[in-house]
Amino acid sequence: MIIGALLLGSLFFLPMWNITLEAPQYPDSIGMNIFINKFEDANPNDIKNINIMNHYVGMQDIPERIPEFELFPYFVIGMMALGVVFGIIGKRRLYLAWFVLMVVLGSIAMYDFYLWEYNYGHNLKANAAIQFTDEKGQPMAYQPPLIGSKMILNFRATSMPRSGAYLLAVGMALSVAAFIQSKKEAK
Amino acid sequence: MKNQSKFLFYLLSLAALLVTFSCGQGGDAGKGAIGGNAAQRVYVNPGEHDEFYAFISGGFSGQLSVYGLPSGRLFRVIPVFSQDPEKAYGYNEETKPLLNTSFGFVPWDDAHHPDLSQTNGEIDGRWVFINGNNTPRIARISLATFETEEIIELPNSAGNHSSSFVTENTEYVVAGTRFSVPVPQADLPISEYKGKFKGAISFIKVDQESGRMNLDFQIMMPGFNYDLAHPGRGKSHGWMFFTTYNTEEASTLLEVNASQNDKDFIAAINWKMAEELIAKGEFTTMPTEYAHNVYDEATHSATSTIKKEVRVIDPSKYPGLVYLLPTPKSPHGMDVDPTGEYIIGSGKLAASMTAHSFTKMQDAIANKKFDGDAYGIPILNYDDIVGGQVTQAGLGPLHTEFDGEGNAYTTFFISSEVVKWKLGTWEVLDRQPCYYSVGHLMIPGGNSQKPFGKYLVAMNKITKDRYLPTGPELTQSAQLYDISGDKMQLLLDFPTIGEPHYAAGAPADLIKKRQTKIYKLEENMHPYAVKNEKETRVERDGNVVRIYMSTIRSHFAPDNIEGIKVGDKVYFHVTNLEQDYDVPHGISMIGANTSELLIMPGQTETFVWEPKRVGVWPFYCTDFCSALHQEMQGYIRVSPKDSNVKLSWSLDGE
Repeated sequence: MIIGALLLGSLFFLPMWNITLEAPQYPDSIGMNIFINKFEDANPNDIKNINIMNHYVGMQDIPERIPEFELFPYFVIGMMALGVVFGIIGKRRLYLAWFVLMVVLGSIAMYDFYLWEYNYGHNLKANAAIQFTDEKGQPMAYQPPLIGSKMILNFRATSMPRSGAYLLAVGMALSVAAFIQSKKEAK
Repeated sequence: MKNQSKFLFYLLSLAALLVTFSCGQGGDAGKGAIGGNAAQRVYVNPGEHDEFYAFISGGFSGQLSVYGLPSGRLFRVIPVFSQDPEKAYGYNEETKPLLNTSFGFVPWDDAHHPDLSQTNGEIDGRWVFINGNNTPRIARISLATFETEEIIELPNSAGNHSSSFVTENTEYVVAGTRFSVPVPQADLPISEYKGKFKGAISFIKVDQESGRMNLDFQIMMPGFNYDLAHPGRGKSHGWMFFTTYNTEEASTLLEVNASQNDKDFIAAINWKMAEELIAKGEFTTMPTEYAHNVYDEATHSATSTIKKEVRVIDPSKYPGLVYLLPTPKSPHGMDVDPTGEYIIGSGKLAASMTAHSFTKMQDAIANKKFDGDAYGIPILNYDDIVGGQVTQAGLGPLHTEFDGEGNAYTTFFISSEVVKWKLGTWEVLDRQPCYYSVGHLMIPGGNSQKPFGKYLVAMNKITKDRYLPTGPELTQSAQLYDISGDKMQLLLDFPTIGEPHYAAGAPADLIKKRQTKIYKLEENMHPYAVKNEKETRVERDGNVVRIYMSTIRSHFAPDNIEGIKVGDKVYFHVTNLEQDYDVPHGISMIGANTSELLIMPGQTETFVWEPKRVGVWPFYCTDFCSALHQEMQGYIRVSPKDSNVKLSWSLDGE
């Protein structure tokens, strides 16, 4: 249980999520890694180059900071501490409670991520140089997928969890394992 | 090569044609020489890369061209000694100093012999050097940026031809003078040539980290003409060999008067010994003047410094420093085989080629077997040092390179062919015609211990009917042969820039991995750079106006400027804020008496505009940068000289 909780610490130095854009003109692809406290270039200058491209259709620049970056680290530290404390107390119901809390918080984070993506893809400058419409005549949206791939104009946008998120999943799985194991031992 | 062989060419062109046709190379020759799958072997699939880079001299264009092998596709013309408006080289304020000399700004030269840097006798892909023949200069070009980074002028030289050859660890680049001249220059009757004119051989030291060149010393040789050179390697490392002609020391009608001696010399210079002499202070310091021009990648700007003295060694005073090796008839090509044993001089007026043995040369020196001297420099005995002869191989041997498997390949100008022969047995193995009148040849890594013996490029002096005609002046031309089998096979003709004198080739992987893709904006130290749009501005100091401008897809900042007056001197300092691979921006201003700028990501360049007429004048981006490239433009309002329109600038009203 304690190991599972401590695995959350990896989120401070491993990316949680990644969005990659591929197009014929970008044989090396461009993208960004999302951490709990920052956006980072997948390759040097990628975010700058994404912003340059996206400004033609009126998209906002990817911000250097968002409010979530201030909050997320506290949640992560809090959950780590809680997990360690629960581990020391050693009550199996607490293990389950930690897991459930993680699922709830994780879902909120995903929903928040979706909202940010929605805004990023829909909130376009009115005077954009290029204003495409979809087949229904509505202004084209450039929202990247929450998870998976989709074509946005000439780009294939792929959004996938990265090592930080995988370790987080392992941590959560460990808490469930701890719960099951201690249940067996109780019998 | 062009100039000196011009007379030779007229003299012998009839013979050349006779030989060409009598050997059955006319008519359908082209078809006969090409194997059935030649096209396949030079075809590089779309999107795939060539196996080798070839750096082919641009001759009288003054530039260096970059080709792929085996495709023969041209990738880039690197401006070196000549202005290039496409790249603003020699036009923008940053690169003008590169073309400075002790004679002032010289915007052209005759570029001859590129040579690649080496480490432990193998090419290493760091730099390529090339000589300017007319106003003696040596340039160093970075193979990370493919830009000319440095040009050093050579004093006491004239016709910088036996240059720019690199020693085994790039310790030195050497440069020998083709024309001997009075040293120091003096108001002399030309008839006093003999004995009074000198031939300076320059040794330029190369800093292994930065590549910076420094004219270390000159050896002041007798007044012969120094034609070509190659370094010793392996066992002969530490020596440099130079072919000479006009050992007759004629100053007029050289086509006859410099062709009288049965043998001229190869000068063997022990540069390791010269280095020791310099270290011991055994030299004289001579006042002179030469320019040293350096481009700094951090400031994106070049500076030119005039140097005032040079260290000179008199070889007659130091026994053991130089020996003269008699070699038949005005040898041109000067080549050393990959083991360093054979020193091959191609006597261009001789029927056979001589390979001197380095081992025999050492023995003769040890036993002091000399055959007199020339101006105090010992002459070795031809029979004591000759290692072998390739007899009756062809007419007019010019230049030899090697495949690393014991074979040598020599071009023959008059009989217009390339001949493959074996080192040691001296037997001719194969011959293939060239179209026409081949000068030099190149095998990638040819001037090193480790040649890559797969392809051979022959560079021809004459094309005649090989391509679609283009008026009286025809394209220059090279030909590619596959030399991987027992017999050479002609694969491809391809056009070249200017007259290709010489070339150097390298495996693509050696150079691809070193490429600079962008210049980092935060490392830009140009004094007039801007790092972001907020820093863009316009400043006036008297009639000098400096525009600190930026470019990023797809606009200039600022793009509206007012308050410029007739008679102003307006500097456009333009920084490309892009940090993406292959996104340069260009800029040009109507009526500017200079070229466009073409600015790489993260770079700053400057052009000067002196507005002459009142009005509103546009400027625009010249490089198709993006979907809205056509909209990348701006205006400058020019008011009368005495106007009081305030200096102002803006982008989108801000």
